[in-house]
Amino acid sequence: MDFPSFYMDHLAGGRLIIGLIASLHVLINHPLAVGAYPLLTWMEWWAHKNNRPDVDQLAYKITFVVFIVTTTVGAMTGVGIWLSTSLFAPFAIGSLLRVFFWGWFAEWLVFISEVALIMAWFLTWKKANTPEKKRSHIRIGIALSIMSWITMALIVAVLGFMMKPGEWNQTRAFWDAMTNPLYLPQLGFRTCFAFMTGAVFLWFATFFFTRVSKGTRDDPQRKLRHWIVYRLSHVVLVALLGTFLFGTWYWNAIPDAMKANSSVALLTQEFMSWHGKFETLLGWTVLAFAVIGIGGLGTSFMIPRWALLIPSFMGIWLLGHFERAREFMRKPWVIGEYMYSNGVHKDELAFLQSEGLLKHATYVKHRQVTDANKVECGQDIFMLACSRCHSTTGLNGVIEKFGIMYGVDKDWDSSGMEIFIKGMHQTRTFMPPFPGNDKEASALVAYLQHLRSTRQSLPGVQSVGISISPQAAAAAGAQP
Amino acid sequence: MTAFLATTPVPRDLPLPLPLPEWVLISFLVIFFLVHILFVNLMVGGSVLVTFFECLGRKSPRWDSLAHSIAQTVTVNKSLAVVMGIGPLLCINLVYTMQWYSANALTGHAWLMIVPLVTVAFLLTYLHKYKWESWSQGGWKTLHLWVGLSATLLLLFVPLIFLANVNLMLFPGEWEKVRGFFSSLRIGNVLPRYLHFLAASIAMTGLFLAGWLGRAGHDIGHTPGFSRPDLRRLFYKVTAWVTLAQFVLGPLLLFTLPAVGITTRLYVIIFSGAALGFLTLLVLFKELRSGDEHIGRFYVLICIMFSFVVLGMGTGRHVYRQAALAPHQADIQERTSRYAAALAEFNQNLSSTPPVQQTADQLFMNCAACHAPNIKLVGPPLTEIAEIYAGNPDGIVAWAKTPGKKRPELPQMPPFAHLGDESLRMIAELMLEKGKAAK
Repeated sequence: MDFPSFYMDHLAGGRLIIGLIASLHVLINHPLAVGAYPLLTWMEWWAHKNNRPDVDQLAYKITFVVFIVTTTVGAMTGVGIWLSTSLFAPFAIGSLLRVFFWGWFAEWLVFISEVALIMAWFLTWKKANTPEKKRSHIRIGIALSIMSWITMALIVAVLGFMMKPGEWNQTRAFWDAMTNPLYLPQLGFRTCFAFMTGAVFLWFATFFFTRVSKGTRDDPQRKLRHWIVYRLSHVVLVALLGTFLFGTWYWNAIPDAMKANSSVALLTQEFMSWHGKFETLLGWTVLAFAVIGIGGLGTSFMIPRWALLIPSFMGIWLLGHFERAREFMRKPWVIGEYMYSNGVHKDELAFLQSEGLLKHATYVKHRQVTDANKVECGQDIFMLACSRCHSTTGLNGVIEKFGIMYGVDKDWDSSGMEIFIKGMHQTRTFMPPFPGNDKEASALVAYLQHLRSTRQSLPGVQSVGISISPQAAAAAGAQP
Repeated sequence: MTAFLATTPVPRDLPLPLPLPEWVLISFLVIFFLVHILFVNLMVGGSVLVTFFECLGRKSPRWDSLAHSIAQTVTVNKSLAVVMGIGPLLCINLVYTMQWYSANALTGHAWLMIVPLVTVAFLLTYLHKYKWESWSQGGWKTLHLWVGLSATLLLLFVPLIFLANVNLMLFPGEWEKVRGFFSSLRIGNVLPRYLHFLAASIAMTGLFLAGWLGRAGHDIGHTPGFSRPDLRRLFYKVTAWVTLAQFVLGPLLLFTLPAVGITTRLYVIIFSGAALGFLTLLVLFKELRSGDEHIGRFYVLICIMFSFVVLGMGTGRHVYRQAALAPHQADIQERTSRYAAALAEFNQNLSSTPPVQQTADQLFMNCAACHAPNIKLVGPPLTEIAEIYAGNPDGIVAWAKTPGKKRPELPQMPPFAHLGDESLRMIAELMLEKGKAAK
């Protein structure tokens, strides 16, 4: 990686930050933008057609919540993905931007219209007071729903690509990147999931915007609740079926694609435990959505408000787990078969292993490992090769990992550690191969042994700045 | 040049080509950025004016209504500011990948804080707008004022983080001095830039509001105490006086710019822009002197002239960046192509040498990290393995392909099926041999 390393040691690099921002974004985008807008538009249309101002009012109130959340937290977490990846994985996002420029450019244009449409839709709702105005207002809602879906449809391509670039690895063509093998099942899965959770969100919100007095059967607010719950339960059930079918397709598409990469055979093995957990979770989540969906079909009784929280939380958990599993399965790649998760390109691995990682890096103190600078070199190697995923002594820390292997209270055999580091990608195939030469592996071990005794946390450039020896820079410039 | 190399980091660029010719991306960057900054100006300037007028409103309610009207525009402009920011961000990431990401990393914490700070600011602007009527009395009104003020302060702070980054990326030679965000403010001339930006925000907002609140369709019922010409005149004045101040802040910015990017071309562009700005100001003052029935007739002309001034300044900004970064960009390109050539040569040699069948000893390295001849490293020593599997190498192969967990005190062995039966068999035989010998 040839950028100064922003690093938060206690958070194991910072993937967690990208993960949190991205997951929050997805949790807002899927149910609220992709799922809720079409359902709210449909409510508005139905209210207009059947002259039901109460339904229209309800749609307006829910839209207010969606409007506030999507234009603040939703929009900023979207930008936040770019800001955080620029810190934690500049090599990856920089490459993705060059591959997907036109995808992102198109997404930007669609996003502009999405924002313009949501403002136009929400802010002119009350002013649409004649049938003609109402009809064009509904058309804005339809356009908004389409745009929201397209933004997701464009971005999903990037996610599938990072896992399995398909033909792109040979052709380097934009269209091959967009139409990667995982694109369609993932898009279908996310669309159905968005409708399912969007419907539950509307349902839940309805309980807050309708006041039901006890005992009166003809209470119009009660009727309104019945109306919406009955219809949303249909949406939940149909979308649930779609989520399940697309999810299965997606699930089956992944291991096959991964099996084709013989070098990551172990990955499926390592993934077994995740697979089991995921299936259990998926089972319970499907059941939770099915129960409330079927419950909502009967208009005689009402699903209580709190019961909706169960599928909602399980859905959040499922999606979070899904995103995490997706990221995990991609390893050791950040872009499949092209770039390892520490920013080293596949085709420069052998070169660096032969010439040394330090020789060609920019932000390092030394270019050659000597006995005197071994620990300092080891620290730079750690920063370059390991720090994107590992902390020193904290979360996902290297000291903890070696402790599990060699024993927390025993001496660690340095030559054994060296051999392990050099062959680590064979024993832990989700790990990228060590991208340095033998001397550098031994410097890394020296640093780890030093770290074990001092337990000093490793600061990133944002607090200690960069250090490059002038000779090093001059050598880099002068070298033939 | 050697001196430059000695103090300036010259990283290697990414090997993928740019998706478009660089000049196209640069034109996109300049234009998209100006659109983005226009809405940022309206958001920041609008928030400042809202707070200012709401304070005045404590004495006279007509200012409060005016502040409320402006607040309606802020929440719309802030959404557009964010969405319009994505295009220039996309372009700057591509054209200045090495400098931009490096500057981001060096000021990392502040850079990351943009996300929560802006989110909170946006939520506060909504709270401020939608609680205007219900929080209108006594302590509630004070709270309301504080909500608006907090949002404004946040919106005033965030541009400083962006400015620190776009400034820092221009001076790679200074990167070694930076120790986080606050120290990055000492590099280049961030503060004059910031003052210039702030003044531009208020001037732009003034011009926008003169048009928006002074337009024929504006319902002046929302702003009691002001006639339409009153509103026009008020905001024209804001624009005029703040723009006049730019004739001090602009030169301050220009003359404090580090010399590295100063060229004659830059001076020509900036001074032409300033001259046009002066003419615009003359038209603006002429407009201010006209009577109620005529005020507003030059509005479109003023907007067009202002647009050209802004385009001139945006171009000047780019010309400076280009000149400041040209040597660094060239060095990066040179280093990148040298690296690519060395890499290609290496890979060429590598592919022309036929692959050698790994020996059993080399293959055993996959196991040696955990299994030593005599001592227990991570797994059992070879002596023990040789005892268990004496005469049964296939047993080792089978275990290595799908290992289980036999010993509770040791971590479970990972599977090695990917090495292939043939290699595993070679390893197994070597293990038995070594284990026997070590006894």
